[in-house]
Amino acid sequence: MDLNQIVADLGLFLPEIILTGVVLLVVLYDLFQDAEHSIRSGYLAMGGLVLTLLAVLMQDTSAPTGIFSNMLAVDGFSNFLKVIVSIGAILVMWMSFNSNELKGRRVGEYYVLILVLTLGMYFLVSATHLLSIYISLEMVSLMSFLLSGYLKEQMRSNEAAIKYVVFGAFSSGILLYGFSLLYGLTGSTSIFEIQAALAAGNVQPALLLMVLVMVLVGFGYKIAAVPFHFWTPDVYEGAPVPITAFLSVAPKAAGFAIIIRFFNVVFSGDGNPNMEAWSALENLNWQAVISLLAILSMTVGNVIAIQQSNIKRMLAYSSIAHAGYMLLGVVVADQTGIAAILYYAGVYMLMNLGAFFVAIHVKNAFDTEEIEEYKMLGYKAPVLGVIMTIFMFSLTGLPPTGGFIAKFYIFRSLIEYGDMYFWLAIIGLINGVISLYYYMRVVKAMYFGKMELPERIHQAPLNVTVLLVILALPLLLGWMIGDPLSGYAQSAVHFFVN
Amino acid sequence: MDHLSSYLVLSAILFSLGLYTVVTRKNGVAILMGVELILNAANINFVAFSKFVTHTLDGHLISVFIIMLAAAEAAVALAIVLNLYNNRGHINVDEANALKQ
Repeated sequence: MDLNQIVADLGLFLPEIILTGVVLLVVLYDLFQDAEHSIRSGYLAMGGLVLTLLAVLMQDTSAPTGIFSNMLAVDGFSNFLKVIVSIGAILVMWMSFNSNELKGRRVGEYYVLILVLTLGMYFLVSATHLLSIYISLEMVSLMSFLLSGYLKEQMRSNEAAIKYVVFGAFSSGILLYGFSLLYGLTGSTSIFEIQAALAAGNVQPALLLMVLVMVLVGFGYKIAAVPFHFWTPDVYEGAPVPITAFLSVAPKAAGFAIIIRFFNVVFSGDGNPNMEAWSALENLNWQAVISLLAILSMTVGNVIAIQQSNIKRMLAYSSIAHAGYMLLGVVVADQTGIAAILYYAGVYMLMNLGAFFVAIHVKNAFDTEEIEEYKMLGYKAPVLGVIMTIFMFSLTGLPPTGGFIAKFYIFRSLIEYGDMYFWLAIIGLINGVISLYYYMRVVKAMYFGKMELPERIHQAPLNVTVLLVILALPLLLGWMIGDPLSGYAQSAVHFFVN
Repeated sequence: MDHLSSYLVLSAILFSLGLYTVVTRKNGVAILMGVELILNAANINFVAFSKFVTHTLDGHLISVFIIMLAAAEAAVALAIVLNLYNNRGHINVDEANALKQ
């Protein structure tokens, strides 16, 4: 590895360089703003992120490459997820401009932290080395801790942060210990070399099982899968709502990216994920372990969500359940399965951000987070009511919304995969029915009940309405205009393989 | 002490102590110390494997990065614990239960 190679690789590193530049620029710019105008730093940060997104979109990923001695991979898969997390971050910034929670405080560093979190996710989705995986995971975690505790005089936000730190630091410690043992077992730190060492077959399966359970603790915490989910409800309830929305979407997608990449490369390494790959290591039935996690996540998430009265907590548990649906795709882990996960991640971002954004606006306008208090919202604020109904339908997975198509792809990949996994799809469907109950409870509160028509119709500000329509329309129209996202997701299943 | 196994035993003991500390302690700072023990257990593993198994500098390099990240994590975590103290007058993680279970 010579200097020329590093310089040549910088060209493929352009989005990250731009984003780093934007971070530094916003930090500097914020120094010259007084507290009441610090929102300007937010606008600058959002502009910079749009620029970065353009750089990501323009990147040519037709030939997957590893950069910086295979520390990072630049391929279709990482590119797709970078697009998703950038769009998520842009939308969250947009919503943060309208959030009452952040009014009247200095917000420059809030936007800087979101930018760094996004940069961490850029690294996480492309990491192919134990060191780069660990560093990017920590980068995402540390920024998430800080952001969830951003309202520092509020007890709730504070408590969310402390719980998040304790769980996060603990799981990443376990992950790291697993990595250190993996390094000892295989003698290498690049996941490609680890794969080669495992394929040579001199590793004891029992030790490997222990290592991989440890690794799964670290990754499972990031995607909030049961049984590593205990932090989720408290953090989601206590954190500022835009941050809750962001945490439930972007780091989760990035966590799935690293799970897929890590297991795909370590267990197959031929670039075309296929089912035989999983049985490459005998005595290690990974599909069974991940199936179990998926079933637990779906069921526990959905059943506990039923009992929640706070909309943020309800959405927190529902996000655990959605992690379960996506894990079903990881069980398959072939071309269609991974495309289904990517598609699901895209649709889930739209609908979950949307649901949280309605919750933010309802909190701004009516100062409540209780589902019961949403009563008559459909009449008090007709636009919000209709849009929230679309998000709830989509989260349940009812046709003709995007949520239905996303679930359809996941279940289809399971059924095509083999008869053995038919029952997993059935469990997924049953869980869909359970989730109908609590999502529809919101719709019921909004439209049905004692009729006393409100005197005044509440109008959401124009930019909030525009944002919500931008989120809701693709969910409705994707069905009719031939679903470009699906084709994009399918073409994105390209991994860099050394 | 020229055997790999003695280093591994040391790191396993550190790891277990760290795990025990995290699970049993209520004090926020004590929990963080437990996490540091786990990280250092991993560090010992990396350096020992690097010296005895691979004979390269990879493991040493990684452990330097881990020390740096542990410092960053401690800075963030202590800031949050300090904030808890400012709000509540104690750093007892168990009693942070304003959010319902």
